[in-house]
Amino acid sequence: MDSLEILDLHTSVEGNEILRGLSLTVPKGEVHALMGPNGSGKSTLANTLLGHPGYEVTRGDVRWKGESLLGLGPDERAKRGLFLAFQYPAEIYGVSVTNFLRMAQMARFGQACCFSDFHKALKQQMEVLEIDPAFSQRYLNEGFSGGEKKRHEILQMGMLEPEMAILDETDSGLDIDAMKIVARGVNRLRGPNIGMLLITHYQRLLNYIIPDRIHILMDGRIVLSGDKDLALELEERGYDWVRNGATA
Amino acid sequence: MSNSVSDLEIGSYERYGFHQPEKYLVKMDKGLSRHVVEEISEYKNEPSWMREFRLKALDIFLKFPMPTWGADLSGVHFDDIHYYVRPTEKPQQNWDEVPEEIKDTFVKLGIPEAERKFLAGVGAQYESEMVYHSLQKQWEEMGVIFLDTDTGLRQYPDLFREYFAKVVPLSDNKLAALNSAVWSGGSFIYIPPGVHVTIPLQAYFRINAQNMGQFERTLIIADEGSNVHYVEGCTAPVYSSDSLHAAVVECFAKKGARLRYTTIQNWSRNVYNLVTKRAVAEEDAIVEWVDCNLGSKTTMKYPAVFLKGRGARADILSVAYAGSGQHIEAGSKVIHAAPHTTSVIVSKSISRGGGRTSYRGLLKVLAGAVGAKSNVRCDALLMDEESRSDTYPYMDVKEEKSTLGHEATVSKIADEQLFYLMTRGLSQSQATALIVQGFIEPVVKELPMEYALEMNRLIQLQMEGSVG
Repeated sequence: MDSLEILDLHTSVEGNEILRGLSLTVPKGEVHALMGPNGSGKSTLANTLLGHPGYEVTRGDVRWKGESLLGLGPDERAKRGLFLAFQYPAEIYGVSVTNFLRMAQMARFGQACCFSDFHKALKQQMEVLEIDPAFSQRYLNEGFSGGEKKRHEILQMGMLEPEMAILDETDSGLDIDAMKIVARGVNRLRGPNIGMLLITHYQRLLNYIIPDRIHILMDGRIVLSGDKDLALELEERGYDWVRNGATA
Repeated sequence: MSNSVSDLEIGSYERYGFHQPEKYLVKMDKGLSRHVVEEISEYKNEPSWMREFRLKALDIFLKFPMPTWGADLSGVHFDDIHYYVRPTEKPQQNWDEVPEEIKDTFVKLGIPEAERKFLAGVGAQYESEMVYHSLQKQWEEMGVIFLDTDTGLRQYPDLFREYFAKVVPLSDNKLAALNSAVWSGGSFIYIPPGVHVTIPLQAYFRINAQNMGQFERTLIIADEGSNVHYVEGCTAPVYSSDSLHAAVVECFAKKGARLRYTTIQNWSRNVYNLVTKRAVAEEDAIVEWVDCNLGSKTTMKYPAVFLKGRGARADILSVAYAGSGQHIEAGSKVIHAAPHTTSVIVSKSISRGGGRTSYRGLLKVLAGAVGAKSNVRCDALLMDEESRSDTYPYMDVKEEKSTLGHEATVSKIADEQLFYLMTRGLSQSQATALIVQGFIEPVVKELPMEYALEMNRLIQLQMEGSVG
């Protein structure tokens, strides 16, 4: 089966080792949640998986469908079906959401779908995420509120149809209503053709997106894995419970 | 209007760097003298006043020192330039009569067949002379004149003389004086009162002979309440030795007229592009300069508007791109000489690979220009550590009851922006080009669709292979 395999991954940022032997497998068709306290390496993992040049892999491997991704640029990883929903999406002045999505689709699929199909799909995705149609002419992430940025990330996910999506703290900064909308958008994209790794600090997102597996990251490696109930237990007992040697 | 980036078809640079074998009927020896100027005038069979004007200009040119306050012009050698080349006997009125070789050039320039028909008037300058001119019938009926400047002088001597050299006088600057001495070609446009020309008037310019300067002279008169948009786009073949382009453009916007002048300049990297562009705006008139400079070795260009009438307005939007070995100095000049005049200046510059851009602006508010408003915004994008950008804003304000704003920013492309776009599948050069295109979007969106696409294409070409 196609899967994302992270094998004994060590990553350094500016000489500091953040990931210290992280191993994790996310098969296509499953949703896994990665939880961990601040500073545990969650965002480092997200950036490393997409090949951010500032994150140096010093040991281990990342494989997607059996092929090592190390040495591939972020664009080549995207073309192979990987996607990252950013915690803090960059703002690009002067580039409209529509133009950007067209370009990204062309890069992802090697060709642009016809304009009317594109607009139909865009309209549909926007409706699910309750995004104002005028949004498509706005500049990319420019002046978007926190909630708009997050919804826009999920919109892109819908348009680019990745096979493996990493969602980095998609719930952060969202109020409960916005989170429900985002969760609905994500749930709608779930299926056998996509794997997801939900990175989150809090359990509450997992009330709305029920994961198949939950992993807990601490000090750069996975310390505990379990089913959806692990999140509830974690919520109740806190990260210290894990730190003190909990077992699922 | 949205210009979809994804619809771009990326061409090769050869498209912009081809050249035709030289085939000219008249090609004067290099260098400038009284004799050369007289010969040009005689060859054109001009009235004596023009001949005298040229000779007077020559004297001024010879007397004036080379400007030293801006870009380095030490590579300009006036003795090493052809001052006049005439490719065909006279301007063509009929497309069928245009020589095949020249038509071929237009094909390579990518002017589509359909566009030629669609565009109501195309003035194509091949070498120093207009060779092809067509004007849509309905405009002729409306009284619109769109001719090459030599023909304009012949056919409308009085109108011509009334405006010629009135906003750029002989003694303005050395390069304008040079142009005045040896000018050839350019466009002569007159829009009668109240006439709105809805489709842009366009001219295509080209240099094709090594060491051959281009000294076109454009004169546009928008009469009261009229509306016109003139577009010039330049591409040039690449040659090894230096060339000079010293044009003069004069525009007159009468009461309530709206006149827009759009330029896409992409001379080859050996050309000195030293252009004087100036306009007068009378009461409630609007003059807009949209000026995009991508090519040339050195550009010095400061489109100017003299806001002469109450309520007149100037918009000066510019893009400057300087790559390795280029110094693009683009700027603006606005003189507020009447009450309630407005000017808006937006300058966007991109420097890469050691290239240098400068914004040099002069803003003058004369005493009595009560309620004058001006807003200047200069944004520079530096693509690497070697590149450079400077801003030289000069302000001279003699009226207290005026409002001025000036804002300047310098930015770089952030790694996080590149990473973000690349995680969506864009290559590094595509991502870079997209960010640059976004940066200049406020100006590019003002271009006609096909030029906006061309601009984006040129930006992509510039970014290809520039990173990684």
